[in-house]
Amino acid sequence: MNAYRGQPDAIRALVQPDRVHRDLYLSDELFALEQQHFFANTWNYLGHASQVPNAGDYLAVDIAGRPLLLVRQPDGSVRVFHNRCAHKGTKLVTDETGNTGKFFRCPYHAWTYKLDGAPLAIPLKSGYDGTQLQECESGQGLEALKHVAVYREFVFVRLGDVGPGFEDCMGEMLQSIDNMVDRSPEGRLTIAGGVLRNVIHCNWKMYLENINDTVHPMSTHESATQAAQALWAGQPADAPKPMAMEQILPFGSGYDFFDRMGGRIHANGHSVLGVNFSIHSNYAQLPEYEQAMRAAHGEERATQILQRSPQNSVLYPSLSVKGSPQAIRVIRPLAANRTLVEAWGFRVAGAPDLLFERTLSYNRLVFSPMSVVAHDDVHLFESMQQGLRAGHNEWVSLHRNFDAAELDPATPSSRNTNGTNELLMRNQFRAWVQFMTLGMEAAA
Amino acid sequence: MTGVGDMQAHEALAGFAAVEAALLDAGRFDDWLALFAEDGRYWVPLLGAAQADAQSHQSIALEDRLLLQLRIERLKNPRAHSQHPRSHCQHVLQPSFIEHADGGEARLRTPFIYVEARGEEQLMLAGTCRHSLVHTPAGWRMREKRIDLLNPGRAWPAIQLFP
Repeated sequence: MNAYRGQPDAIRALVQPDRVHRDLYLSDELFALEQQHFFANTWNYLGHASQVPNAGDYLAVDIAGRPLLLVRQPDGSVRVFHNRCAHKGTKLVTDETGNTGKFFRCPYHAWTYKLDGAPLAIPLKSGYDGTQLQECESGQGLEALKHVAVYREFVFVRLGDVGPGFEDCMGEMLQSIDNMVDRSPEGRLTIAGGVLRNVIHCNWKMYLENINDTVHPMSTHESATQAAQALWAGQPADAPKPMAMEQILPFGSGYDFFDRMGGRIHANGHSVLGVNFSIHSNYAQLPEYEQAMRAAHGEERATQILQRSPQNSVLYPSLSVKGSPQAIRVIRPLAANRTLVEAWGFRVAGAPDLLFERTLSYNRLVFSPMSVVAHDDVHLFESMQQGLRAGHNEWVSLHRNFDAAELDPATPSSRNTNGTNELLMRNQFRAWVQFMTLGMEAAA
Repeated sequence: MTGVGDMQAHEALAGFAAVEAALLDAGRFDDWLALFAEDGRYWVPLLGAAQADAQSHQSIALEDRLLLQLRIERLKNPRAHSQHPRSHCQHVLQPSFIEHADGGEARLRTPFIYVEARGEEQLMLAGTCRHSLVHTPAGWRMREKRIDLLNPGRAWPAIQLFP
């Protein structure tokens, strides 16, 4: 099957102004092209620099099928390499994290590399005299990624050489990282508590769309929210809620709530859901922490930071951020019908332990493999992945609140919408076409 | 332990994990919940046996009676979409090792294999269950049921019932 390789026009035709074709989710060929083009042209979140605090610390991560290695350098900077020995391709490390000391040593034939990737030594060196090793790729040491951005310790990479620069690509979205970091009176976050990992048998785009789907909670999560409401029934409205109830009950909010929370889109597929308020807005106040925030940032700025608590900010296509609770989700596509979703949390320097407790609690209640909220999401994603194969209707509807003015180049690319507008999803797919076909040459 | 009552308590203790797991396997979740002490909790640490506490590191599950009840009530709702088709589970236990038994308190350690089946899918977990029990007039009750999974940090599909 070769319906899309070298056929950028056929790919563009899959995304109509108000609907998208099912091949976007089902086609193995499109997934292979995404690995080659889309994920090479976009900025993908790799990890957080706090995961490699000391020189020689490494973090091994696969992005778009490429094993990568984030390494802390002796001078305090970080670098990203392809995790393969220049000799025969062995992965230099197979643990997820660790410290390699002063150099990397390939376990296969003991080729060694400095932390900056430069070749250090090769056994039987004289055997290479008069050969072309020094001149070819294999003699150059570890292959460093050319396009690495470290923004307030969040590390992003772009695998390919085309595509916009990091700041151009992210634009105003960097405010969602700022907000998360600025919630620390000391301006510092540390990844903490480990990672909850889920494998879901659905296409990655379904998961990413759902992060912006405000109309599903009422029906999808009905069983979980009804159970929570029934258990909490009879409590006075101002009774202090256990943290879990404080976090689960807002999932039962109605369409009106989600519509009024508002959304915002940006160029390149990014979005913020809940620009006015969100299910995270009414967590109990913490006077001492707020005092520390005012001392660090001043009254006005502290209020600004603390009042901003969107539901989700999507740094398309790999990262979804919640400033409060301090939690991120990382989306790692594995196959057309298989997606890895990771939920990480942060400790906030200078903030009370309760903030970290909220982070742990939220991720566990909503993003754990045992989450009763996620069970229904996962079931429905997997159900769509199967159901989409059926019938003559080859299209997925994204019509809600469609307005032809969206397509007018004169319409600002950054703008606010009502919270239930499917524009946030249409915006993702328009960016998908853009990054997928960027630099793709049509076959002759 | 010398008296007849003590003997019975000891037998109940040695068989506790099997009785408790059988309730889960039979889908008798309300009866299972009744085996928890008022302050009881169900805990699946993300680091498995290596995890010291539930505050400094994430857990796959950490539930008091309120959250366990929420989970059980949800399973009764016909609109628990992920339960169409329903999940069923089977615990396969080794005999419990009684780590500690002192008057009204006891600790058990029970290696297990857990299978959760739903439709065409089947998930298998291995690990060790650690019960902290307290003796009450109604019998032994769980202060904590801790599940130390083998390789808990890997990516899991949905685990919908109770290992």
